Amino acid sequence: MRRRIVLAVAAAVLASPLTVADSGLTGSVRIDGSSTVYPITEAVAEEFFYEGYRDVKVTVGFSGTGGGFKKFAAGEIEIADASRPIKATEMASLESAGIAFIELPIAYDGLCVVVNPANTWADSLTVDEIKRIFLDGSTVETWSDVRPNWPDVPIELYAPGTDSGTFDYFKEVIARDSGAIRGDMSVSEDDNILVRGVAGNRNAIGFFGIAYYLENRDKLRSVPIDGGAGPIKPTHETVEDGSYAPFSRPLFIYVNAASAQEPQVAAFVDFYLENAQELANDVGYVGLPNHIGMKVRRVWERRETGTRFLTDSGEKVHKPLRELY
Amino acid sequence: MSRPVPLATRPIGRRRLADRAFKWACALVTFLSVGALLVLLGAVVSQGLEHLDWDFLSTGPSRRPERAGFHIAIVGSLWLMILTALFALPLGVGTAVYLEEFAPKNRITRFIQLNIANLAGVPSIVYGMVALTAFGRFWGLLSTKNPIELGDEESFFYLRLPFGNAVLTGALALTLVVLPVVVIASQEALRAVPPTLRQSSRALGATRWQTVASVTLPAALPGIMTGAILAMSRAIGEAAPLLAVGASLFMLFTPDNLMSQYTGMPLQIFNWAGRPQAEFHDVAASGIIVLLGVLLTFNAIAVFIRAKFQKPLQ
Amino acid sequence: MPTRDTQDARRTERLRSRRAQRARETVIVGSLLACGVFTIGVTASIIVLLARESSTFFAREEVGFWSFVTGTEWTPLLGATQEYGVLPLVCGTLLVTGIAALTAIPLGLVSAIYLSEYAHPRVRAMVKPALEVLAGIPTVVYGYFALVVITPAINWVWSGKDGGLGIGPMLGFEEGFGTYNALSAGLAVGIMCIPTVSSLSEDALQAVPRSLRHGAYASGATRFDVSLRVVVPAALSGIMAAFLLAIARAIGETMIVTLAAGQSAVMTLDPRDSIQTLTAYIVQISTGDVPAGGLEYQSIYAVAATLFVMTFAVTLVGARIRNRFREAYA
Repeated sequence: MRRRIVLAVAAAVLASPLTVADSGLTGSVRIDGSSTVYPITEAVAEEFFYEGYRDVKVTVGFSGTGGGFKKFAAGEIEIADASRPIKATEMASLESAGIAFIELPIAYDGLCVVVNPANTWADSLTVDEIKRIFLDGSTVETWSDVRPNWPDVPIELYAPGTDSGTFDYFKEVIARDSGAIRGDMSVSEDDNILVRGVAGNRNAIGFFGIAYYLENRDKLRSVPIDGGAGPIKPTHETVEDGSYAPFSRPLFIYVNAASAQEPQVAAFVDFYLENAQELANDVGYVGLPNHIGMKVRRVWERRETGTRFLTDSGEKVHKPLRELY
Repeated sequence: MSRPVPLATRPIGRRRLADRAFKWACALVTFLSVGALLVLLGAVVSQGLEHLDWDFLSTGPSRRPERAGFHIAIVGSLWLMILTALFALPLGVGTAVYLEEFAPKNRITRFIQLNIANLAGVPSIVYGMVALTAFGRFWGLLSTKNPIELGDEESFFYLRLPFGNAVLTGALALTLVVLPVVVIASQEALRAVPPTLRQSSRALGATRWQTVASVTLPAALPGIMTGAILAMSRAIGEAAPLLAVGASLFMLFTPDNLMSQYTGMPLQIFNWAGRPQAEFHDVAASGIIVLLGVLLTFNAIAVFIRAKFQKPLQ
Repeated sequence: MPTRDTQDARRTERLRSRRAQRARETVIVGSLLACGVFTIGVTASIIVLLARESSTFFAREEVGFWSFVTGTEWTPLLGATQEYGVLPLVCGTLLVTGIAALTAIPLGLVSAIYLSEYAHPRVRAMVKPALEVLAGIPTVVYGYFALVVITPAINWVWSGKDGGLGIGPMLGFEEGFGTYNALSAGLAVGIMCIPTVSSLSEDALQAVPRSLRHGAYASGATRFDVSLRVVVPAALSGIMAAFLLAIARAIGETMIVTLAAGQSAVMTLDPRDSIQTLTAYIVQISTGDVPAGGLEYQSIYAVAATLFVMTFAVTLVGARIRNRFREAYA
């Protein structure tokens, strides 16, 4: 008798956590990719669970946009988070793997350049100065190399790694297709590490998505960027209306079109698009305005495959989101 | 060494003073070292106690620190520990029994012995990499894109070859890590059994295996169990090999078969500790309290077994 | 009354069962041997895997074995040109290990001397198990200490943050310790190794026969003399083995450095700098880009091979020292 009790207790412990009435849907939804998009997807996954889909096994990783696309092409995940549109090379590998995808923008992000709060001198940075600091071959070693009246202290750089869409996006804006980013920086795909790095070092400068900045506003200071029209601070409004240039960008999820037929994946993406605006704002990003959100939902309902950010010949389309949707 | 002991050349009073000063210095250092560790532990406990409640133990992780819970990690660690024990204990004790009771004292045996000592020093993350290739990817002989699947994904008896990022792969990685520990501890337990016991058994006509099974193993059992418990404590605390082998850092469900994705207590603590928000540090501290509590319990059980069952074998 | 037939029958039965038993035993012993062979298989797998993948890595045109071993730039994740010189990672590992050794070895040895030579048996009975328990604390907990307790403490003392002492500026050093720095991680690794160094050294000291001590006392030496000039030299091989074991552990330590030491592979000996160790690099790539094939992914095998060679060398030297200098006491 005692043995039966022990077995019952063991079974109860090993089984799922305390559950209430749920949807009855089962199966798994595997998601990986951008660490920038990760907070939104994590929020959606969590709310999805508490909404009642407790038997759907959702896992969310943050290997970086590049890593996410690789797993996507290998069929290891159903949804890839991306903080930049898909590249031509990635599209080619998906094609050769026979995977069709549905591209869904889900939020806006403002790429913030941040410094430590003790940094009282850098009240703004021009795009040119950013280029001078970050481009490969840069000779900038101290803050006074950037602007002569700034202190002669060493500049500590924190940046996302090459697997990160944030890195790709930053490189695209700063270096365009020609240049490359310098190598002697503290690099990580994990934005949390970058936040800590900048927050702990008074001479540091780093860049990552606005959500990570807003979440840690007490430890960081964002630098207004002068893109030619005067220094603009990254805020919800400036990101949404595009005035925070050139660092406003859309965030995406890419869904495997074949997996979209599975009921739990479809339910998850439905839930995602329904709640993306609210959760993105909640997490610190900028939700898509309603009219764009509706157009995206229609793309999903029709299960339209392909990307709007590459031409048929594989050239990048450099247009803002509101023109393409 | 035949160096003569230096005779006293200074007055005895001064030397006694030096002796006492040295003694107090040593004592200070010792208690400072132990004290430093206790202070660090105290800091953790005080930070984590507040968040530690039943909700913490019964809910999963969350993006909000107030809602974050440890349940999924605890169950994951339980799965890992049970599976690791299933693999590591038979393999480890078997190896130890062979080396101590059956192996001829030749070069091969010494080679195996040396090998095990070296394995004990390998960094655990290397074991993770080996497990990923050997068990997660089957050395590339089977494809992860089109795995061989046996059974239904939802059932308890699902198997997928190669294993991929399954909880089984994680357990096998941990098996590799603790195997040397189990072998060495079991060998010492077997060595502690006095030879007279074995000799009397053989004198009565028992074969070598009968001796081992009926006499030696039971006599060494408390020592072997202590070693096994300590090895399992080590397994529960390891995070590096699991990171290399593909464990998850965010999931809201517990494993329901051997092929499920999983996470573990040290991994969850790693995830929380790595976040910049201070509230997550408190949550990590709560997780540490639970982890240390489990380990302390294991240690207590090991001490209890040692005290109660270690009879003087005369 | 047993007849001849039943006697024969019983004897045949005994012989048959004994044969069956021997067969069973051979199978059992065979499976035990297989367990032993498995451990060799593990070592073989490690060596084969690391060697194979590393040679594939070195065969790539962007990398060369010589430039790997002597290069001072490690930028696989950035830049127009990816550099694969491993020295920055090795430097980071050695810096952290050095700080850890400077912490653990003196403190561990002195504690061992105290426990072995001076302490009251009741004190020993309390402290030894305490050290054993402390030795079992998972490294991720020490990583947490480093990040949440040690780094702020260092900043309090050095930079004067939150109303602290500010020794750094007093001594003329403007630059402080960032969130990620080598000193924090090194101290945490060192504290983690203290119980190991202490208990192994203490075992070595205890193994020195009483007669040596008694002889010295008889000549009028104090305990201080005896400990430092007789016992420690006599136990030196065991003590050195303990040190080397601690160093091997520090080299292979992963979680503490991943959490606290940083992610920038630079050659520096400044403990205030953020560095990256061999192990932390492996974690960074493993948790990032696991799907196999890319050059960055293959680099972790070369890094793991470097790590394996370093720990193996230290373990081997430790074993050699222990055998060579072991005093034979009758």
